[in-house]
Amino acid sequence: MTTALRNQEMSMSAALNRALADALEADERVLVFGEDVGPLGGVFRVTDGLNARFGEQRVFDTPLAESGIVGTAIGMAMNGMRPVVEMQFDAFAYPAFEQITSHLAKLRNRTRGRVELPVVIRVPYGGGIGGVEHHCDSSEAYYTHTPGLRVVTPGTPGDAYQLLRDAIDSPDPVIFLEPKRRYWSKGPVALDRSGPEMDRALVRRPGKDVTLIAYGPMVATALETAAAATEEGWDVEVVDLRSLSPFDDETVTESVRRTGRAVVVHEASGFSGYGAEVVARVTERCFHHLHAPILRVTGFDIPYPPPKLEEHHLPGVDRILDAIGRLQWDDEVVGFHG
Amino acid sequence: MSVTGLSARERSLLPTDLPLALLDRNGIPVDDPALEMPADEVLLELHRRIVIGRRFDTQATALTRQGRLAVYPSSRGQEACEVGAVLALREQDWLFPTYRDSVALVTRGVDPVQTLTLLQGSWHLGYDPYEHKVGPQCTPLATNTLHAVGLAHAARLKGEDTVALVLLGDGATSEGDTHEALNFAAVWKAPVVFLVQNNGYAISVPMSKQSAAPSLAHKGIGYGVPSYLIDGNDPAGVYATVREAITAAAAGGGPALIEAKTYRIEAHTNADDAGRYRDSEEVAAWLDRDPLDRIERYLSTRGLLDEERRAEIQAEAEDFAATVREGMNAEPELDPAHLFAHVYAQPTKALREQAAMLAEELAS
Repeated sequence: MTTALRNQEMSMSAALNRALADALEADERVLVFGEDVGPLGGVFRVTDGLNARFGEQRVFDTPLAESGIVGTAIGMAMNGMRPVVEMQFDAFAYPAFEQITSHLAKLRNRTRGRVELPVVIRVPYGGGIGGVEHHCDSSEAYYTHTPGLRVVTPGTPGDAYQLLRDAIDSPDPVIFLEPKRRYWSKGPVALDRSGPEMDRALVRRPGKDVTLIAYGPMVATALETAAAATEEGWDVEVVDLRSLSPFDDETVTESVRRTGRAVVVHEASGFSGYGAEVVARVTERCFHHLHAPILRVTGFDIPYPPPKLEEHHLPGVDRILDAIGRLQWDDEVVGFHG
Repeated sequence: MSVTGLSARERSLLPTDLPLALLDRNGIPVDDPALEMPADEVLLELHRRIVIGRRFDTQATALTRQGRLAVYPSSRGQEACEVGAVLALREQDWLFPTYRDSVALVTRGVDPVQTLTLLQGSWHLGYDPYEHKVGPQCTPLATNTLHAVGLAHAARLKGEDTVALVLLGDGATSEGDTHEALNFAAVWKAPVVFLVQNNGYAISVPMSKQSAAPSLAHKGIGYGVPSYLIDGNDPAGVYATVREAITAAAAGGGPALIEAKTYRIEAHTNADDAGRYRDSEEVAAWLDRDPLDRIERYLSTRGLLDEERRAEIQAEAEDFAATVREGMNAEPELDPAHLFAHVYAQPTKALREQAAMLAEELAS
């Protein structure tokens, strides 16, 4: 029984679907709504079959208006519900920005804890699927810069299940970023939720020479890079952040202090991006352990490119390996670390 | 091209050409009213609450001059809406107010000092929304309309008999959230009453620059929401309309949109100079339509309001104002630890560190 619960092989999309179904089953206050999430099952089929199984009262289509979806979710949460809403694509969530930043994120604080809003906003994000403009943004930094929100993103099907269940159970509002290019990747899923807590990062692959810090869609790319790096003689550790806010300083710091080198990888543009925060935090805590400045491998500082050019924009194995190669392997000061 | 005729449904959604009312500007009952006159005890309570509400409003403005309030947006002249709509609510109903609706809050029973906490600047919200079923006062306009729809829809899903009344102004009807809220409410048949207090100005911008619609109530038909244009300075008419809309919504009839035509006698806030955008003749004309005068004249003519009762209510209002002064003159309790305590259900490690840093700074 335990083995069966821990080793279900499924795609990330199926894992998310299972998480929603199990949450709807476990708690009648959970509602799922958004654009096309009803009979169609969502454009990525993440809500497939839920409308038929749980009925129109609990899983339903809304008018096409993102501020309306989030604003009404806030009202429902004020009245005891636990809404899980879908923004169809990353850039389509922007009309809801005011409701998210001014109300969802702040109401607990504004009311000194009297109003609690356990709302989950699912956002398929990132590129790599040949999507046309406004369908491929990596919008995480907008949300992580907003106190009061939790921001999480799974890199594997197992985490997709675990993190979504945890997000729905969380008393805080959660922005749940789903790496859409990984929806169809398969992996083991532990339905008994035996993984680490929602706000903990995870060492996906141990290594001793350099730490690759990644999240969401870049976790698989980082693991691929780590495999390729062995040919260059580098033993690469991969840390999957999972929770972007709050940030798990402990796990990341422990890893970087051990390896002495780090590269942060994300799809989003680099300037003023999430990686800047990671580099600053890790440097502040690991300065005397570092052999080289922490580097970032990110998307360029451009609007997301058209599909036929996106391969040039997205960080890939070669670009990450190049960054690892620039970590001052030859000019190490002997004895510096005592 | 001409419109040859409207269907019965279309007609049922449109407002009347002239604002509905029960009492004219002189407090004389209108002929053949479309609304039902409230019972005498309701009319007396409307009068009493308006006197108290207006005294509160004057007191709050005075507190800005003494530096006790950072700012205060007065609702003087709009008391028929502030009081009439709130008294029409049932105990189980919710109110979603804006920043101009402090009089509505105290009428609902919210503690006056807690009502003014936001404007005092000691915290963002002083009252517990669940205590009197009053949502947070909304400063980003129209965002509260969606909260009202969500709360009311959830009530229906739970089988609760709850209606949400959301207050908004003429300016807020231009915001996208208002339109999304009307649409969501209509599609879901959510029990929500939208009351637009059209006081003529969004800070300085007049209606002529705000909307080209025949009336703001006309915005309802496009969403399938029945709409009412009413005289917003007639306390009896506002009460009767809102009450009727609440009754219909509670019975499953869905939302309603009410545009109440009224006027903001004071400037936008104490920090505003209304002389830059409107003339005193206009204000004088509206002073002549005062909601308090109107109900006083009616009740006096009916023999329901004598000098003794009037004096009692005035004394009660003065007592209330004294309570407000006393409460606001007391130094507010400011606890810097609250800055970190309610960002998340449990403070994160980073917030605990920052709280400790601030505590250390304060101790040294």
